[in-house]
Amino acid sequence: MDAMTDAIPDLEARVRRVVSRWGHDATSLVQVLREVQEDCGQLPPQAFGLIARYLRIPYSRVRGVASFYSFLAVEPRGEYRVLFSDNITDRMAGSERLMEAMCHRLWVEPGKVSEDGLVSVGRTSCTGMCDQGPALLANGRAVPALDEARIGQLCELILARTPLAEWPAELFAVQDNVRRADILLGHGLAPGDAIRAALQRGSRGWSEHAANERSWREAYVGAAQGPIATLEEIKRSNLRGRGGAGFTTGIKWEACRHATGLARYVVCNADEGEPGTFKDRVLLASHADLVFDGMTVAAYAIGAGQGFLYLRGEYRHLLEHLEAVLERRRAANLLGNGICGQAGFDFDIRIHVGAGSYVCGEESALIESLEGKRGVPRNRPPYPVTNGYRQQPTIVNNVETLCAAALIAVHGGDWYRALGTLKSSGSKILSVAGDVARPGLYEYPFGVTVRQVLEDCGAMATQAVQISGPSGMCIDATEFDRRIAFEDLPTAGAFTVFDASRDMFEVARNYAHFFAHESCGFCTPCRVGTSMLVSAMDKIHAGNGTQHELREMNRLNRVLLMSAHCGLGHTACNPILDTLKRFRPAYERKLRSLDFTPAFDLDGALDRARQMTGRDDAAAHLESQP
Amino acid sequence: MSERPSFLLDGVEVPFEPGQTVMQAALAADRYIPHLCYHPEFTPHGSCKVCTAKVNGRLMATCTTPAESATEVESNTEELNELRRTLVQMLFAEGNHFCPSCEKSGNCGLQALGYDLGVMTAGFRHLFPDRPVDASHPQILLDFNRCILCELCVRAAREVDGKHVFSLAGRGLDKHLIVNAESGRLVDTDVAVTDKAVEVCPVGVIIRKRVGFATPLGERRYDGTPISAQALADAPRPLERHHD
Repeated sequence: MDAMTDAIPDLEARVRRVVSRWGHDATSLVQVLREVQEDCGQLPPQAFGLIARYLRIPYSRVRGVASFYSFLAVEPRGEYRVLFSDNITDRMAGSERLMEAMCHRLWVEPGKVSEDGLVSVGRTSCTGMCDQGPALLANGRAVPALDEARIGQLCELILARTPLAEWPAELFAVQDNVRRADILLGHGLAPGDAIRAALQRGSRGWSEHAANERSWREAYVGAAQGPIATLEEIKRSNLRGRGGAGFTTGIKWEACRHATGLARYVVCNADEGEPGTFKDRVLLASHADLVFDGMTVAAYAIGAGQGFLYLRGEYRHLLEHLEAVLERRRAANLLGNGICGQAGFDFDIRIHVGAGSYVCGEESALIESLEGKRGVPRNRPPYPVTNGYRQQPTIVNNVETLCAAALIAVHGGDWYRALGTLKSSGSKILSVAGDVARPGLYEYPFGVTVRQVLEDCGAMATQAVQISGPSGMCIDATEFDRRIAFEDLPTAGAFTVFDASRDMFEVARNYAHFFAHESCGFCTPCRVGTSMLVSAMDKIHAGNGTQHELREMNRLNRVLLMSAHCGLGHTACNPILDTLKRFRPAYERKLRSLDFTPAFDLDGALDRARQMTGRDDAAAHLESQP
Repeated sequence: MSERPSFLLDGVEVPFEPGQTVMQAALAADRYIPHLCYHPEFTPHGSCKVCTAKVNGRLMATCTTPAESATEVESNTEELNELRRTLVQMLFAEGNHFCPSCEKSGNCGLQALGYDLGVMTAGFRHLFPDRPVDASHPQILLDFNRCILCELCVRAAREVDGKHVFSLAGRGLDKHLIVNAESGRLVDTDVAVTDKAVEVCPVGVIIRKRVGFATPLGERRYDGTPISAQALADAPRPLERHHD
């Protein structure tokens, strides 16, 4: 403890600096914690008290919030904290072997801090680098494309205590891997085009009069024309949310526009946490202006003055770039006051960076996190469109949805609707990864068959495809003529391919661990149920499973579906049920024929004693069980 | 007199005041819906899910669902009681509950609910978490082994005592109760033994020292009256009282 205080002598000044940068505002608690940790390289125990004092909130709230997010280290995690991305695609690409090699080289046990306090090595949920995995996060910075050489290089840098800022830049290089572009990825628009087009819709010789009025939105009938015309185009396009749920965007925007409140907010959900998806990473890296154009168009349509981009912590490497784009847009009058010369059109965007929590992708949990709280989904109703950020009307839209909205602002709703299927207009970006020759982004008009995608990405001997990540569905080869569309296979974009060599039981087990790790713990069924699913799957994996486990998982699924608080719990059983239905032999060959086998393993229980005594001879083992 | 709005609960008409939840209206009308984290004196938050019922066919936590006219609520069905039994079993498996040696036995909401719902076995493998107790306070013991994370103490301290004593930390299965002190010890908080937060714990986490067995086993709160009847006896009633 004392050694740690000595290590950061000016802790108080550092905390004060961060807190004042965030305006002493308790709703910025997550950001304050994250920045203090970045600044100090850790969160020293004394920091919690200081943050509580400067933000004037209870100490226990600071602890409670910090311990919710897995990237905030409430316990010492070493000078270097290495977290291996643990998506199934990382595992398929050899992440376990690489992690073992690193632990061996650094002389550290997984999940623990090395004895000299230098480094810890652990696992984290999918970091969104599935097209260039295996990947890891080193002190929050993404390092993709791992192989033995890279692991060796990282170990040398860590052992030499080289500061991350001095690590070779190529370690952090992330590729876009756009393999097929359609209207969105090939948009060809300049920054601000969408905003100017939206303003144009309202002009028709009226808009200049709105200039000196109280509010461009309310004061003058003519001034409302542009926003309403834009909203009409969004509605006409029949655009549906790209985050997975598929709610009609125009209806969401209209409900927010009509809701009464003191202020309205636009939130861009860039908490792309579904294992296997990485499209938003590319949109933010290479099309940030389109994303911000979409947010600004949304602000124009609903009358919002403030926007937030909630960037998942795994994409921390994009923050400086995104801040620079925002700065450039302010200078170009695409943000700030009187946007594009439209008096009263005032809007700005702030970036909040997440800190390792999948459930924050759920819109009400995301808002809680924006407000500096634990990311626990709210009770609904009321919904965010009426009671969102600070209880004010708020729209939360996915990155890709906002990009599509920008396109619609330029080209109109009919143009957009001409593409895709009856109930799914426009295009969809798929994040293709797994057993394919060319992983990356593939944008198609809605309605494309799974078979077409598999052909384009060079998939061979495909056994199964996980559509939309673990919360989506797993399909087998008999279903490859099904179509990507809300009518058939709705998806948030993940498209993970498994060839015939893969054990689908292990795929489901990986996903079960994911849900248990990410459950917020608010409700009983999800908190306990997801962990019990894990223990049942682990028991089968260990060769001790029986029909009893299969029955128990069915029972847990019923409880989760009936009573879980949010979508995480409702979908936590999907991977197991889908694979059980389609790949039952993968489970059954692991089962013992007995009806019940205790998970307790008598010989295994002696493991610890053997470790302590350094013995592993035959006499230190019980006779093998019958 | 204008007609009061009402909904149907298991086929029986339940009147409600605008703003009431299904649970509040049901209890006021002498109708019981099993629950654990709900308490009439504090803001409902809907985490235990024991009160889940079908509201117009949709499964909802009745403690947070606003009552609405002309809705049909199904609660006392075998399907839902089976769900409740499973949830109670999950809570038993999650913590370390040893009823025979627990001084809360007989006064415990979890135990009483288990009996009332007919929970006969643990149903799941016990997780046996490692949860140290906090005996730092001279008058109050915290035995986290029995915590069911209902947050009643968190709410009672905040809403009634006007203090910050308890909070939740961690997430998922690691979610746990903490106290508002840098030392992490109860003695360093401003808790008082007379606080509502100390009295409200439905299980045996927050225990007043030296009064343990003042009421002998057999004469305790739920020894004579099942929790379903006790909850109705405790429920706040409108002044007009029921007429039967």
